[in-house]
Amino acid sequence: MSTDTVTAKAPARPSFADRWTALPRPVQILIWCAIAVFFFVLPLLNLPILSTPDAEFGAVLATVANYALVALGLNIVLGYAGLLDLGYVGFYAIGAYTVGVFGSLHGQVNWFVLIVMAVTISTASGLLLGAPTLRVRGDYLAIVTLGFGEIIRLTALNSEWLNQARGITGIPRPPSTELFGLPSLVWDGATAKVDLGEGARSVFLKFGLIDAVPYYWLSLIVIVIVIFADKLLQASRVGRAWEATREDEEAAELNGVPTFRFKLLAFAMGAFVGGLSGALYASRIGAINPDSFMIQLSMMFLAAVVIGGQGNRWGAIAGGVVVAYLPERFREFADFRIVVFGLLLLLLANFRPQGLLPPRRARRAQRADDATTRLEGTEEGARA
Amino acid sequence: MVPLSTFLDLTFTGLVIGAIYSLFALGYTLVYGVLRLINFAHSEVFMWGSFGAVWAMTFLGSRQGMAWPAAVGLLLVALVVAMAVSGGVALVVERIAYRRLREKKAPPLVALISAIGASFMLSELMGLRDRIAGWVGLDGVLAPYVRQARENTAFVNPLPNVTVLSAGGFEVRSNQLIVLVGAIVMMIALDQFVSRSRLGRGVRAVSQDPEAAALMGVNQQRVVQLTFLIGGLMAGAAAVLYLIHIPVTRYNVGFILGIKAFTAAVLGGIGNIRGALVGGLVLGLVENYATLFGLASSWKDVVSFLLLVVVLLFRPTGILGESLGKARA
Repeated sequence: MSTDTVTAKAPARPSFADRWTALPRPVQILIWCAIAVFFFVLPLLNLPILSTPDAEFGAVLATVANYALVALGLNIVLGYAGLLDLGYVGFYAIGAYTVGVFGSLHGQVNWFVLIVMAVTISTASGLLLGAPTLRVRGDYLAIVTLGFGEIIRLTALNSEWLNQARGITGIPRPPSTELFGLPSLVWDGATAKVDLGEGARSVFLKFGLIDAVPYYWLSLIVIVIVIFADKLLQASRVGRAWEATREDEEAAELNGVPTFRFKLLAFAMGAFVGGLSGALYASRIGAINPDSFMIQLSMMFLAAVVIGGQGNRWGAIAGGVVVAYLPERFREFADFRIVVFGLLLLLLANFRPQGLLPPRRARRAQRADDATTRLEGTEEGARA
Repeated sequence: MVPLSTFLDLTFTGLVIGAIYSLFALGYTLVYGVLRLINFAHSEVFMWGSFGAVWAMTFLGSRQGMAWPAAVGLLLVALVVAMAVSGGVALVVERIAYRRLREKKAPPLVALISAIGASFMLSELMGLRDRIAGWVGLDGVLAPYVRQARENTAFVNPLPNVTVLSAGGFEVRSNQLIVLVGAIVMMIALDQFVSRSRLGRGVRAVSQDPEAAALMGVNQQRVVQLTFLIGGLMAGAAAVLYLIHIPVTRYNVGFILGIKAFTAAVLGGIGNIRGALVGGLVLGLVENYATLFGLASSWKDVVSFLLLVVVLLFRPTGILGESLGKARA
């Protein structure tokens, strides 16, 4: 029997985020490590429901990781700085083509140097594209970037130096060392057996043609690094400047935030991550052609960020996983996956516009908006 | 130095394709003028219209080189069907992708995502029409309409394509002339409709100031539906003219054309009906003249996108400026 009065509101159930921050720091770190380890050994577990029956699970995971990385990059541009970039695939293509051109088509550069070149060139192109175009308004920016993405693809398709429609093959893989084989599990019903057979082994750090698992590990490591950088950025002055710019550009500018410079920085950061993921993609697949970089891919990336919840890095990763994993898992519906995907986008936009995992700030802003609406009654605010 | 006939030829072809862009661009421009949103699904409205025309021709048993009266009659029927299909699809898009969001005053990005979703769905449903017909057991009956859903579908144009004018290597064929004249007539009719009729006044009012228009008793919902419908009808007409110019269509035909039509709309000044006409014609001409400077015709699309970027940098509101409400001058 509680002594609460009827009028007193029961305290709201603490949200997941609140409970998480209440945990002591060492526990948090332990949980993070456990999650990371789980993801690292995931391809070796062959879990019965998760595994893809119709596709190589390691390859699927590598694709998923790639999408997650791209979504992280686009989330910086779209989620933090609020810049609608519909041509993000352009940076992805630049990264991939840099690796292809200097590693196989017109040169034999060392792989690590290639990656550095790829991110440098794509970041530079981000600055080049951003410097003139970031002065235009939201929707126009969307169209300019859409045009940019197409220009990149069409340039690759039409220029002899980039091998036109033939694309580039024989792209170098990361340097391998064969240290030891890792056993994987085989499931018989609900019991697991450790399989030590030669066929079921992922050799540690052998970047070959057959086994995609090492690429997945590489992407995971990159993702972890990017997440750390992303956390630091968002919590810094830069992240707050982005947030201010996104919420109200004029107000931010008047309060002394050099919005243009910060928008450009967001664009360059996004281009950096986009180029990096493109480069990793190219070295995994080993062959690229202009058709790998259609605008539809941009839409997929955009959808990943929006489905997950823009402005929330975990949301972006989750969105990337959803967009890349579901079609692979349900190959039997493969032909209809785009239809289902379109329907999903429609439903999400209509019924959960803030995404699956909205950032905390968006929830705060939502509550503030609701409070303002209640205070103002039915009076309509002035339109911006 | 290029011969004059080549130059004239490029100019004329540029005007023809540009006129198609203009008609197609109207849908983008109208919706943007009223809602301040990019209707990403408009390209699929066009695509469905093109299939409407193809199916009508298949149904009516069109053959190449029929006599003029019969051919013109068939073509008019195809035009009506295409416009009806496109208008219907545009209304469906408004209903499923926009209405709820407009009522909730959602941010523009969400509306864009929702339109992208609608666009994916519409285009893939067309690309899977043979499978869908198979489900309901009609694939045998509907074979001529649904076979090879992911391939090009040919449009049988019944009109004889005669040379109307020929001068020193420069020729004007009847088909091209029909496209150009048809598109311009449509544009003028629409411009007059928006600037003179009562409904058009409603459209202008809402695009100028939605609240004031609502206070003056303009039914916003109806105006929004009307703009989608008009845009759809024009896209249907554009689809038929496009098929007269290039007699094939496929389930993703709208995509690249849609981006170009949008480019045309932005070039002319988005939200401005006359701007769409100017933008389309300019885009068509620039694309074609690019070949004069030794660029292969495959670079066409790159040229048009570069043009878009350049225009947005120096004159972000387009050639004629943004104005649907002030479309008097």
